[in-house]
Amino acid sequence: MNPAPDLNIEYVANLARLALTDAEKAKFSEQLGNILHYVEKLKQVDVTGVEPMAHATTIPVVNVWAADVAATAPSPEKALQNALLNAPAQRDNMISIPKVME
Amino acid sequence: MSTELIFKSVAELAGMLDSRKISSVELVQTFAARTHAVDGRVKAFNSRDEAGALDAARASDERRAKNQATGPLDGIPVGFKDVIAVEGQPLTCSSKMLANYISPYDATVTEKLKAAGAIPWGRLNMDEFAMGSSTENSAFGVTCNPWDLSRVPGGSSGGSAAAVAAGEAPVSLGSDTGGSIRQPAALCGIVGLKPTYGLVSRYGLAAFASSLDQIGTFAHSVEDAAVMLAAIAGHDSRDSTSFETEIPDYRAELGKRKGSWRLGVPKEFFGDGLDPEIAASVRQAIEFYRGAGCEIREVSMPFTSEYAIAAYYIIATAECSSNLARYDGVRYGHRSKEATNAIDLYFKSRAEGFGQEVKRRIILGTYVLSSGYYDAYYIRAQKVRSLIRDEFMRVFQDCDALLSPTTPTAAFKIGEKSADPLSMYLSDIYTIGVNLAGLPGISIPCGFTAGKLPIGLQLIGQPFREADLLAIAHRYEQAHDWHKRHPDL
Repeated sequence: MNPAPDLNIEYVANLARLALTDAEKAKFSEQLGNILHYVEKLKQVDVTGVEPMAHATTIPVVNVWAADVAATAPSPEKALQNALLNAPAQRDNMISIPKVME
Repeated sequence: MSTELIFKSVAELAGMLDSRKISSVELVQTFAARTHAVDGRVKAFNSRDEAGALDAARASDERRAKNQATGPLDGIPVGFKDVIAVEGQPLTCSSKMLANYISPYDATVTEKLKAAGAIPWGRLNMDEFAMGSSTENSAFGVTCNPWDLSRVPGGSSGGSAAAVAAGEAPVSLGSDTGGSIRQPAALCGIVGLKPTYGLVSRYGLAAFASSLDQIGTFAHSVEDAAVMLAAIAGHDSRDSTSFETEIPDYRAELGKRKGSWRLGVPKEFFGDGLDPEIAASVRQAIEFYRGAGCEIREVSMPFTSEYAIAAYYIIATAECSSNLARYDGVRYGHRSKEATNAIDLYFKSRAEGFGQEVKRRIILGTYVLSSGYYDAYYIRAQKVRSLIRDEFMRVFQDCDALLSPTTPTAAFKIGEKSADPLSMYLSDIYTIGVNLAGLPGISIPCGFTAGKLPIGLQLIGQPFREADLLAIAHRYEQAHDWHKRHPDL
């Protein structure tokens, strides 16, 4: 329908660390082409001198500092248990992953 | 089964608990029985810890027996969208990625609700990682609209809306990034409140788009939404975007604020694409306010209506691609069994764990943030966002709140839009600007189509003026009985 000439799906999928099937690449290219075609309308807007808005706060909140003190922590045992609670694989109280070096 | 009990307001249920007409244990048992009876068809829940809920109910009954009840939510079951952490319970985001995840801690809203005596009641279905407008993007199946089981409940908080509409929970929590509370509330015929950005802590809410996400509530009435908001609002040092502001007793304020409100009606929100039945119901609601002594002002918001969706889908996907980078198969979440090295682990775990809409948005968000496109898409969208906020603040110089439809159409058929992402995105046209500007919004029932599908009226308020917004919504609700109608299941 509206292929996006600039969207190199393989390149972007690599940046996103996302393995896509050939069918997904074809489908997403077309669907994202339509969406990118739709958002082209933003180019009509004169944004000269406009500040980009990074947050929804209507009252600006910047540089929120917290006191540099440890929060009330659970016991070391509980903290360890929490950290490993959802680990897909673990060994000796550490999260294990496949080999990094070949 | 007592359908009277399951559709009672929180205020009424609290009164029955206080006068010992019913115990919290009986209340949980009642909602459990209702859920067992109807959820096979509605499919609002991902999971429930009924034993845990009964334990909490027993503790609540003991507090009440000692006259130590903590307020109107003590002993009341509250449904949780499956994106908000409750310690020891699953948190799946309706994704295969988090299918086995257990929350190690409570979200701030969970802490607050538990402190108020409320009982976490189940994990409610949603679009995967809150990305969608129909709950069809869930990895665990589609939730059905209780008014017509062949239709969607809306999304992304579809399970939270359907559970309340079907009488499976008296109130529930959802999250709203582009309309994900207001739109399903409208499609399911209940009240849905999205607070001002920063009023409710996001700590313990799994992030989708952090500059837009906000936790809010579903209820049968504006009064119940006010009770819930008072319980969950307030500053939290664990969310750096949380705002320090005084939290009024929203429920007590409902009756006190009776001003002759100035209500704006953005004319562009009644243009092409709005179903005539929806337009007629919303216009009747506007006439009600006029008759009640409010000043109705037609306002123009050409910028928001033209550009909000385009800006939103750049900003939201950019933030999602960044937030969801954490799901890498290493520390938690799905890990591919096929990976042979660490980099391969990322690619394959993410490919296997994420569904189609999430992948689509990660790709789009990565693209608009990538070198060469960042300024053209992302920064430009943020500038347009500033202009959208400015447009809202300009109309608020002369208006206390805005009135509009919540959605352009009533609930659509399951499958109707799932093949065309852009047409799905356009269904959020009236709600999305509110998130970009960080404003509070509420959807309340204002009628039914000829096909007996609910219609929602959206009220948009000024920042941190939820007390006014709720009072304005309450005035309509007091004079109508749409919110007292329930689906026949």
